[in-house]
Amino acid sequence: MISLSSPVKTKAHGWPAGAKLAGLCILSILLIAITSPLIHALFFSVVLFLYLLAGRIFFVSGIKKLFILWPFILIVSLWHLYNGQTAQGITIVLRLLSAVALANLVTMTTKLSDMIDVIHRLAKPLTFIGLKTQALEISIALVIRLTPELIAKGTALSQAWRARSPKRPNWKVVIPFIVVTLDDADHSAEALRARGGIQPTHKE
Amino acid sequence: MERNLTHIALFAALIAALGLIPRIELSFGIPITAQSLGIMLAGTILGAKRGALAVLLFLLLVAIGLPFLAGGRGGLGVFAGPTVGFLLGFPIAAFIIGLIVEKTRIGPIALTATLASIIGGIVVLYIVGIAGLAVKLDKSFADSAKLMYIFIPGDIIKAIIAGIITAAIAKARPASLLSKQ
Repeated sequence: MISLSSPVKTKAHGWPAGAKLAGLCILSILLIAITSPLIHALFFSVVLFLYLLAGRIFFVSGIKKLFILWPFILIVSLWHLYNGQTAQGITIVLRLLSAVALANLVTMTTKLSDMIDVIHRLAKPLTFIGLKTQALEISIALVIRLTPELIAKGTALSQAWRARSPKRPNWKVVIPFIVVTLDDADHSAEALRARGGIQPTHKE
Repeated sequence: MERNLTHIALFAALIAALGLIPRIELSFGIPITAQSLGIMLAGTILGAKRGALAVLLFLLLVAIGLPFLAGGRGGLGVFAGPTVGFLLGFPIAAFIIGLIVEKTRIGPIALTATLASIIGGIVVLYIVGIAGLAVKLDKSFADSAKLMYIFIPGDIIKAIIAGIITAAIAKARPASLLSKQ
């Protein structure tokens, strides 16, 4: 399974994931506190500069990821042009762009395995309230392993439909897809149990 | 225990797969983001607790950078974007849908699941989602709500489909309909 971590290696890939996430939290809160459009413009320029530091390919793929925001930016821009509060409109748009760009930056420069390590560490204290970390870890692994498998099965079902009908597959194809998923869940449960199953938490 | 875990994990994978398989269309040619159908089905099939956990697991994997959202999106950026309210509303919606299906003992399952999907998957989800939109775009709740009106008809159709699919699963795999165990 391909994660959204960037194939272009940057220095930030080596930084501890926990620190990057903590930094993201602090900066995101800071963004909410800032109201001046000028400071927001400066902030966004710095974020763009950070992308540029990693090279052209990294910068372009980072910018492309911001394109999904265009409907919202269009609506907010039109709204504020219409009622004349342009400064406020610029603040909202830039705040949104900076927040998403910063968060994407952390995702792009952090390996999936590093993120999973962070979850592992964050989940540990939760064992006291009954969270089974082993169960959480097995679940994460199962989803990463089985999603491509399910996509392949779903695609096969769609193709089988198309082989029999001139029309595109419609929602009815979801029924056998779910049956397959539920059967897979039963089989995986049996396989897990056969290999020793989920251990109870240490507390018990 | 193992069975609960694998059902939660497989449903999280199913929600991802439903968003990534190209082109499942409604009979009217409207391309559906089958992902929100997946959220409704997590509630109607797995029940409140397991359904919500499946959705939370799905969101956790999106957050750590897997491209599981419809159109291959994911990562922390989607949680900083304007639609964050809808993402946070997903597990709440699944929980409420599951709770309604679990507690309702009368009437056909298709109807119960459809109504539960409308209440949880539209009313509750939209309230949380629009609140998020209002905060992110710095607009009033009422103004933000206007942006969402066009999606309501499609979502009502999805709720009906969720009801029909749940009834079909109740027949095909009654033992796997955990919301009714």
